[in-house]
Amino acid sequence: MKTIVYLLIGTFFGILMYKSEAASWFRIFEMFEFGAFHMYGIIGSALVLGVIGVQIIKKFNLKALGGQEMRLKPKDKSVARYAIGGVLFGLGWALAGACPGPMYVLTGAGYVSIMIVILGALLGTFVYGLIKHKLPH
Amino acid sequence: MNWIYDPWPWYVSGPLIALTMFILLFVGKQFGMSSNLRTLCSAAGAGRKSDFFKFNWKEERWNLTVMLGAFLGGFIASQYLSDNTVTIAEDVVAKLQSYGIQSAGNEYLPSELFSLENLSDPKILLILIIGGFLVGFGARYAGGCTSGHAISGLSNLQLPSLIAVIGFFAGGLIMIHLIFPLIFA
Repeated sequence: MKTIVYLLIGTFFGILMYKSEAASWFRIFEMFEFGAFHMYGIIGSALVLGVIGVQIIKKFNLKALGGQEMRLKPKDKSVARYAIGGVLFGLGWALAGACPGPMYVLTGAGYVSIMIVILGALLGTFVYGLIKHKLPH
Repeated sequence: MNWIYDPWPWYVSGPLIALTMFILLFVGKQFGMSSNLRTLCSAAGAGRKSDFFKFNWKEERWNLTVMLGAFLGGFIASQYLSDNTVTIAEDVVAKLQSYGIQSAGNEYLPSELFSLENLSDPKILLILIIGGFLVGFGARYAGGCTSGHAISGLSNLQLPSLIAVIGFFAGGLIMIHLIFPLIFA
């Protein structure tokens, strides 16, 4: 039963990524060229509603289904890992024209070459795990 | 019936992304797509090489199921709900054409980079692998990607997420404005 719920959430998200064109390489390029408001509108409006919703959850101490706590734990404090990791991610996001969510969506849409990008992403994740302790965090 | 193929405007898409995040919070989970990459490494046995992958990956099966759904959603949308073209700003099309990407404005992904035949071009293959590598490495180093930091983290007013998102954009701007002219000259 729960599996079906997660599958439906994912399917909804997949259709949303594709139909909003946030999964399009062209939209990512256009965003970094400041060519259109589209991507900024998507991220901006999601954020405004996200901030308002999370504030409401905290103010009224709303619980998740089954009475468990909402997963809103604070991120670990650091600057280096977020700044360096963030820039590396951004370089890849613009080069491949896709972030992780859209990669799965594009595979489903039949773009076989995106699986090379996913392979690269798995490799990058693996190498991070190998050299994590040598990196500034 | 052509409206069904039209892209969803930002003021529909953005709120629906927020909705996705809230549904996941409501069922006790957190919105984050790149952690699936770590889970997949762990499931493939990477725990033998690094403690970073030593965790009970089966507890993350819910997120792999979301990932599988995203795959299905991509199939449904591309097959039944889209003409698979993306209209972008005209000056951006002109810029891409000057880079040799003639498909701008007519396709969903540039065939110059993503068509099967072009995979035999070592330069294209490298672009795809390095792009993916940086996304995977950077997302884990920064502890999240667009969904985990730009949406979940910023919604929760997390300073680390703000630093990460500024990094995302700095990296993207460097790639598009400084490195693309070299790659596609």
